[in-house]
Amino acid sequence: MAKRKLKRVDLIFSQDCSCKDILTAALKKSREEIIQELIDSGLKGRGGAGFPTGLKWKMAAAEKGNRKYVICNADEGEPGTFKDREILDRVALKVLGGMALCAYVIDAREGYIYLRYEYRFLIPKLEKMIETFHKWMDEFDLDFRVKLFIGGGAYVCGEETSLIESMEGKRGEPRNKPPYPTNQGYLGKPTVVNNVETLVYTMMIMRIGAEEFKAMGIEGSSGSKLFSVSGDTHKAGIYEIEMGMTLEDFVKEFGDGDTKAVQVGGASGFCVPRKRFKETTIGFQGGLKGFSLPTGGSMMIFNSSRSMYNVLHNYLEFFEEESCGQCTPCRVGCQQLLKGIEAIKRGEKSHRYLNDLMRLSETMKLTAKCGLGQSVANSFASIVENFREEMIY
Amino acid sequence: MRTRQSAVKAAVEKHGKERKNLLPILQEVKRSKNYLSRSDISDVAAEMNLSSAYVYGVASFYHFLDLEERGQNIIWICKTISCYMKGSKDILLALEEALKIKVGETTSDGKFTLLQTNCIGWCHKGPAMLINDQPFTDLTTEKVLNIIEEYYQKS
Repeated sequence: MAKRKLKRVDLIFSQDCSCKDILTAALKKSREEIIQELIDSGLKGRGGAGFPTGLKWKMAAAEKGNRKYVICNADEGEPGTFKDREILDRVALKVLGGMALCAYVIDAREGYIYLRYEYRFLIPKLEKMIETFHKWMDEFDLDFRVKLFIGGGAYVCGEETSLIESMEGKRGEPRNKPPYPTNQGYLGKPTVVNNVETLVYTMMIMRIGAEEFKAMGIEGSSGSKLFSVSGDTHKAGIYEIEMGMTLEDFVKEFGDGDTKAVQVGGASGFCVPRKRFKETTIGFQGGLKGFSLPTGGSMMIFNSSRSMYNVLHNYLEFFEEESCGQCTPCRVGCQQLLKGIEAIKRGEKSHRYLNDLMRLSETMKLTAKCGLGQSVANSFASIVENFREEMIY
Repeated sequence: MRTRQSAVKAAVEKHGKERKNLLPILQEVKRSKNYLSRSDISDVAAEMNLSSAYVYGVASFYHFLDLEERGQNIIWICKTISCYMKGSKDILLALEEALKIKVGETTSDGKFTLLQTNCIGWCHKGPAMLINDQPFTDLTTEKVLNIIEEYYQKS
């Protein structure tokens, strides 16, 4: 069941409770209690992939050894996403608080914020926050220190294993999984990699409790989420909304009255045409009927003045550039999809060639090594299927 | 003035010779002149007991570890669709005209390099660009020329 109305929430940026108080209360609980609370809350990773956070922490906590790491993934690169920048700018202490919780639960001494290069302007502010945070850690008698690691400008490094590779001084090429980072992560040690927003929610769950968090959203997609709204809208910006909204309600609120399609989840997400707004909901597949789309929060709105060929072309150029080149399906596939739609547009290839390209994107979904190559088919197929004529003429 | 080699040495000493410090080291070496030369690469490799090919392989992976000579200020214009929809192309054309260069080129006085980049996370305030580390948003052709003028005076 989808939620009937769009409901705005104010957890992430709320200033009504100090992080220090939340931590003071939370650190009195046992590790198991915190893990259980997170599992009960149903919190799933807010970077887009949606892995249950409590379970991730539990897996890392179960690992033996005294060197473990907490990494905050602030390599926000999905086109149309800008929430993590805003979180780090406005409530960095909540993020650090979430890292401290995780460190306490899994028994880690070191943490890193992997900040994308494009957000370097945040460094002075973040360093100040980290300084304050370290004083708190001393007061709590928690042996945990956080450092900043600045990325080099590579979209694929948002994928957790390539992020780790890059922190180890290598090309940011994704690893084979398993082993998962909770088992063998940074420098081969158990590592939790969490998105910026996810870490804030762990803090907020400590404050409001699992029950209240779970009361929001829908079965399988509990709580709220930040959405980065851009494109043809009069209300571009960041909004925290309860999970499970229908796209119809979303467009009613944010569209300009002439919305033709919404791209949910950025270049790696899905394009939803107007006729499907009603039956499409935002949330992780599970409790939802019809189409449900998970997202890192990128919502790009296109009105009828836009060419969907142009949109797809822009995404494919992006993928072709950002593919790490390690596996053939993605390296060659991205190039061929881009070349292919250009050739069709120029009239050098028949429109039937689109079917071949669709099959190619399906192959990429099955055979590419990481999420980047696998998700090219999402935008490709959903745009081509729904706006076929725009691709051809 | 420190020589180039001693700058490399200082960066390696500051961060440590282990391979995991390669990115911060390359970033620091790059900062002094906005790009990494082939000799920087081989010096870093020698200091860290890595092969030059390895260091080059890593450096060339990352967009912001420039391997070509750059100007004093690097302008990165966002080319993602949301900024495009808000007119990033006009910003680009205005800059090309004002600086008398094309994308990828550096002005003859060495003050500016004009480049494009993927989403920089300001989609709600497009068109957007970075000059070095500083983001600029809600650009108009007029605004962007004023910004460039300011940087021109400063450098």
